[in-house]
Amino acid sequence: MELFWYIVLMTMLAVYVILDGYDFGAGIIHLFFAKEEKDKKAITNAIGPFWDANEVWLIAAGGVLFFAFPTLYASSFSGFYLPLIMILWLLIFRAIGLELRGQIHNKMWETIWDKAFGIASLLLALFFGVALGNVVRGVNLGNVVDGVSTYEAHYFFLPLWNPTFSPQAEQLGILDWFTVLLGIVGVVALTIHGANWIIFKTNAAINEKLKKVVFSLNFVLLALVIVSLLIWHIIEPKPFHNFIDNPWLWIFPVITFTGLFGLFKVKTFKKHGMGFLFSSLFLGGGLASTVASIFPKVLPSTNSINPDLTLYNVAAHEYGLSVGVYWFVIAVILVIAYFTIQYRVFKGKMDDVGYGEH
Amino acid sequence: MEDMLFYDRMQFAFTITFHYLFPQLTMGLSLLIVYFKWKFLRSKIEKYNDAAKFWMKIFALNFAMGVVTGIPMEFQFGTNWAKFSELTGGIIGQTLAMEGMFSFFLESSFLGLFLFGEKLLGHKLHFVTGFLVFLGSWASGYLIIATHSWMQYPVGYEVLENGKFILNNFGALFSNPWLLPSYLHNQAASLVTSSFVVAAIGAFYLLNNKHNEFGKLFVKTGVIFGLISSLLVAFPTGDWAAKNVVEHQPVTFAAMEGIFETEEGGSEIVLIGQPNMLEKKLDNKIAVPNILSFLTYQEWDAQIKGLNEFDESVHPTNVPGLYYSYHIMVGLGTIFIGLMLLAVVQLFRNRLYKTKWILWSLMFMLPFPYIANTTGWYTAELGRQPWLVYNLLRTADGASPTVSSGNTLFTLLGFIGLYLLLGMLFLMLAGKIINKGPQLNQQH
Ligand code: HDD
Ligand code: HEM
Ligand code: HEM
Repeated sequence: MELFWYIVLMTMLAVYVILDGYDFGAGIIHLFFAKEEKDKKAITNAIGPFWDANEVWLIAAGGVLFFAFPTLYASSFSGFYLPLIMILWLLIFRAIGLELRGQIHNKMWETIWDKAFGIASLLLALFFGVALGNVVRGVNLGNVVDGVSTYEAHYFFLPLWNPTFSPQAEQLGILDWFTVLLGIVGVVALTIHGANWIIFKTNAAINEKLKKVVFSLNFVLLALVIVSLLIWHIIEPKPFHNFIDNPWLWIFPVITFTGLFGLFKVKTFKKHGMGFLFSSLFLGGGLASTVASIFPKVLPSTNSINPDLTLYNVAAHEYGLSVGVYWFVIAVILVIAYFTIQYRVFKGKMDDVGYGEH
Repeated sequence: MEDMLFYDRMQFAFTITFHYLFPQLTMGLSLLIVYFKWKFLRSKIEKYNDAAKFWMKIFALNFAMGVVTGIPMEFQFGTNWAKFSELTGGIIGQTLAMEGMFSFFLESSFLGLFLFGEKLLGHKLHFVTGFLVFLGSWASGYLIIATHSWMQYPVGYEVLENGKFILNNFGALFSNPWLLPSYLHNQAASLVTSSFVVAAIGAFYLLNNKHNEFGKLFVKTGVIFGLISSLLVAFPTGDWAAKNVVEHQPVTFAAMEGIFETEEGGSEIVLIGQPNMLEKKLDNKIAVPNILSFLTYQEWDAQIKGLNEFDESVHPTNVPGLYYSYHIMVGLGTIFIGLMLLAVVQLFRNRLYKTKWILWSLMFMLPFPYIANTTGWYTAELGRQPWLVYNLLRTADGASPTVSSGNTLFTLLGFIGLYLLLGMLFLMLAGKIINKGPQLNQQH
């Protein structure tokens, strides 16, 4: 049962990253590459009817985490208190940036909300990468100082950073050079992903330029991925042990690199959705490879006194997990139906549909 | 330690109070919009469709505020109430996860279609998407109140040795005796808010002699729905909710009513009076004898337990706050019924649109349903104190053990600043939409 819910949760998170990821990417593109009004319009049209429903994947994943793995929810949400609240604030700015921009036709008003939307998207992409970095690196569970736990074994608290900025320091922070590196990977990967979505959903003039952006950023991404893999050894002495024990897991890295290399052909794709497909493969595969490498840990402990949190020691009780399956299956079928309807109605190029002309 | 709990509580109270300002309108207004759209489908009179479109603009803005302030609610159980989440997550996580999976997906998927799809879908399908948005928001309210009811009256659980609550009966969460009265009362109350808002905007147009056609439609719809829902709020739902409290939380009820001492021969109902916590009595009270006993048990001399019958350690922590909240809610409820009754009488005499003082009253009534809803929730929440899960888990034992008071104060201040900004933007933009008004046969 625990394993079932673990897979459900990870899948929901991956879906969230792929769906809302393109919204963040679109925001970053909007911030850095959209100069003319019609490009901006094309970008917001491309995500307009979707971003709200995409964000629900985060809320729903949060709900499933709460119900299936309450101890993990409690420990990580209180431990990562500050960045989580800041993510909430950024999500608010992202949302009001998108929703309020069109309400008043005034240059200054529009500029303010454009910037709010763009900057919030950029920081969100960064924070989500940093979050992944924190999970992989692990935390000082129980806040052990000199061999004694200050808190109960599964609780901790991290400040935003500590003076050494190192992932191996005794006192860790949310931001250190390792987690920030993963944050940058997040920003680059999502920028590519967002560009691909815009290319897919619009006929905007900016698309040709975006293809070039994707092409060059893809080199940066490849370099960053290689660097991260090399550094991984410092953080985790045996990063590949799960892959060696279970060779079928190699499928995830293979998917990741298919996505990454596939994107180098971005300029010659015939079908518009191809680029988006490849960047989705990269994101989904990359996330799966990362969590597979620490499985069954869900939050490693950096001290030797308190044990790692694994999906087995944080799960809710058997009965609750089993009844949950019934309603969950029904709900998932409904959700798939809603998304099918939604993407059907808003199929094709968004600038032809004229979203936002209200 | 004390500080930390205080800021955690303030942050929760502040963010949930702000959040709930929006869903109460969402839930009621979605019903009224569906009603306008349905009138249009039946009569084919454009006016109704334009009315629906106008309210959809307000709705969209309101909904966006509800969404952005709702997400922090979901996260705060983990960030600020980690101990509570760890211990009860297996149970309240069920209903909260169901809310995400069943209602938020439904609402947010169809809201996009509802707001932007009229041309693509045609009127009939557009009506259906509106109906689904309504269904989603009411389902959301249902599941939240199911969660809340479990905290007030825990059922279907078992407590393990390590203090964890585990679920042993899923069905019990939904047959909880607390759930139905709370839900019906709350939904009626949200319909009160939206009817009053619709009536107030209508009155505003009539008094300004603008958009008169819509002004009349809004006032008429608002007062009819307003009267029905105000009546429903008091009876049977409010009455039922009160009986529910007497039965399951008698000490809470005593504090709500301001009964310090049990009265032999039947309890009086207090209309006015200030709780004096030092002398344990009400100062300068005005009360009517025996009415409360009758309302509660339908017997004039039935005995109602006073606070003196319970140990201090289980008294609600903030008796005056609870007492005032409850009296403000009930007092406003009574005023609402009176005003709407007068308005409906004038409507049937065909005088309403000319009775200036009623129109003025309707317009100035706009904030009061919000106050009644908020104080209603304060009644429920303060009444539950000092417990998070009634009789089982104390609020002090539910907070996050590792988040220090400096950090909670920081985020509390951040939320206050951000929400003030949101509130101002909301009022400004809603004001702009209202001032522009509905358009006849508008193009898009
Ligand atoms: C327009 C708003 C409004 C109005 C006019 C009233 N209520 Fe109310 N009341 C609510 C809005 C509300 C609410 C916000 O919807 C609450 C909070 C929790 C809940 O389920 O409903 C509530 C809670 C609530 C409770 C507490 C239930 C609990 O502890 O969980 C009681 C006993 C009553 N109500 C009783 C009444 C009575 C006797 C009224 C007589 C007129 C009344 N309410 C008017
Ligand atoms: C399902 C819905 C709700 C749940 C699960 C819930 C849960 C909680 C929790 C966990 C606390 C913290 C403990 C405490 O200090 O009391 C709390 C406090 C509070 N909540 Fe709720 N709440 C809900 C709805 C609401 C709503 C809609 C409002 C108001 C509009 C509200 C108002 C408050 C207030 C004012 C407090 C602080 C009480 C105090 O400081 O004593 N709650 N609630
Ligand atoms: C502590 C308790 C609460 C939590 C965790 C919570 C959570 C949320 C979340 C995450 C959203 C955004 C959903 C979206 O993206 O579509 C939301 C919106 C909403 N909530 Fe709450 N909420 C709480 C209290 C309440 C209460 C007490 C009610 C009503 C009884 C309510 C009714 C709604 C409704 C109808 C919406 C739809 C959007 C809107 O109306 O603005 N919520 N809530």
